[in-house]
Amino acid sequence: MSVLTSPPAAGVPRVKVTQVRVLRSEWTKFRSVRSTRWTLLIALVLMIGIGALFAAVNASQYQGFSAADRASFNPVTVSLSGTTFAVIAFGVLGVLTMSGEYGTGMIRSSLTVVPRRLPVLWGKLGVFAAVVFTTSLTASLTAFWLGQALLSSHHLGVSITSPGALRSVAGAALYITVCGLLGVTLGTLFRNTAAGIATFAGVFFVLPPLTSLLPSSITNHLTQYLPEGAGSVIWGQTEGVSRALSPWTGFAVLCLYAVILIAAAAWRLGHSDA
Amino acid sequence: MIEVENLTKRYGEKVAVDGLSFTVQSGAVTGFLGPNGAGKSTTMRMIAGLDQPTAGQIRVNGRDYRRADDPMAELGIMLEARAVHTGRSARNHLLALAQTNGIGRRRVDEVIDLVGLGDVAGKRVGGFSLGMGQRLGIAAALLGEPRVVVLDEPVNGLDPEGVLWVRNLLKDLAARGHTIFVSSHLMSEMALTATRLVVIGRGRLLADTTVAEFTAHAGDSSVTVRTPQAAELRAALLGPGVTVASDTPDVLVVEGLTAEQIGTAAWQAHLPVFELTAREASLEEAFLQLTEGSVDYHAHKPAMAGAAQ
Repeated sequence: MSVLTSPPAAGVPRVKVTQVRVLRSEWTKFRSVRSTRWTLLIALVLMIGIGALFAAVNASQYQGFSAADRASFNPVTVSLSGTTFAVIAFGVLGVLTMSGEYGTGMIRSSLTVVPRRLPVLWGKLGVFAAVVFTTSLTASLTAFWLGQALLSSHHLGVSITSPGALRSVAGAALYITVCGLLGVTLGTLFRNTAAGIATFAGVFFVLPPLTSLLPSSITNHLTQYLPEGAGSVIWGQTEGVSRALSPWTGFAVLCLYAVILIAAAAWRLGHSDA
Repeated sequence: MIEVENLTKRYGEKVAVDGLSFTVQSGAVTGFLGPNGAGKSTTMRMIAGLDQPTAGQIRVNGRDYRRADDPMAELGIMLEARAVHTGRSARNHLLALAQTNGIGRRRVDEVIDLVGLGDVAGKRVGGFSLGMGQRLGIAAALLGEPRVVVLDEPVNGLDPEGVLWVRNLLKDLAARGHTIFVSSHLMSEMALTATRLVVIGRGRLLADTTVAEFTAHAGDSSVTVRTPQAAELRAALLGPGVTVASDTPDVLVVEGLTAEQIGTAAWQAHLPVFELTAREASLEEAFLQLTEGSVDYHAHKPAMAGAAQ
């Protein structure tokens, strides 16, 4: 039992909560659960595989494209087609990052050792953003090069220095990262995996097609401001959005959603019983 | 030290804790008793800062725990339900908790050895037995060598060896000046571990006292005497405040006198005594007596019990 009261060795830092220490703890949590690695791997495969698939199919069918289709053909966006699917995987991962803690009861341990609470949320968002951005940037770069290689066999490929290419490649990663952060906030707000994922899927995959049922006088003023419609412009995806915002304005709108939801999540975490 | 002042917690209409005030002193093991639904776990969650009191306040070592800079050095707590991500290994779970307060890997390995989880520290917590889960919870509570240790039902699911280990651990910590606050529904275990008691029922304080005082005041202490001359002894013993009952011939149950007093009286009256047994009210009986009427969930005697005999 002597270990209980052994005096701290010289130079051992004093027991104290700091944001950097909470970040380190959140990194330990993130890397030590098997499902995280699987989700990241699935997202990588989706992003690169689907991009390659779309590139290959478009390359082989380009001969039969109409003049209008050829005019709107964007080789960069085609190679990044997997982005939409990667958003599902990263959104689910984002929700799970927080709802997993509530589902297992881990949150009570987490908040007991950090009773000020908010550092836990900042730590989670920070680790999540860093890991997801790194992973998705790797994926979008790979998808771009693989896609262009497939397209260039039909002389359709472009280089990363072509106008908008780099922005789209980096933009896909930014878009995925912010969408994932929205997932984290939904997990924090609902504290429940099913509700979080359902809401995430509703906003990104059910709401956009539903708006097409509305009269175009409304749709024209709505779709470009929805998270999906606003955020997708940065990687070149404007399908279904008649009056797309400029890439960075659209991304700013998406970030605004994120900021609002992060504020709501922080309020909920700080003010309600765990 | 834990100071609880006029603590109240309402969940909608239901009042879980109702104007509770008590102090848990350092250097002693304090037991926290109460029937199911009395508000023990709610109180402990509020001590940990997880639930916000509706009214009243709690101070841990004189301060609001939710503002603590060094929380793990102030308070180590294990709550009733398992609070662990099932997909993580025991070591990584403890490491993640330790890192938030800047506690190193060496201390993590120390507490793993201390609670005897060395062989399974790398395994996923999802496969742990109830007893292993309890040991992990205790390990987490001890990580920061906290001045205050709060454990909700720590011996639940432990084998006899584990129960003994927890008992000694808590006594040892108390002897070293730590504040130990432990809830349990095992009254006998509490009698062996705790020196002080806080008893609540329906969210209200019923007793804040020592174990010895608690059982003494519960009454119902009696002495059983076996003698062939029961009638003579009864006459010799009866006096103010003394009751003598007899279910069987030759056996008297005396209340209001100690065994010493009865033995002396019998010797003075030249009456033979074959057996003299003092029976102290147990903590369990004292507890049941005190909490009678403040129990939310009664077991009802089965209606057919009589017919079956």
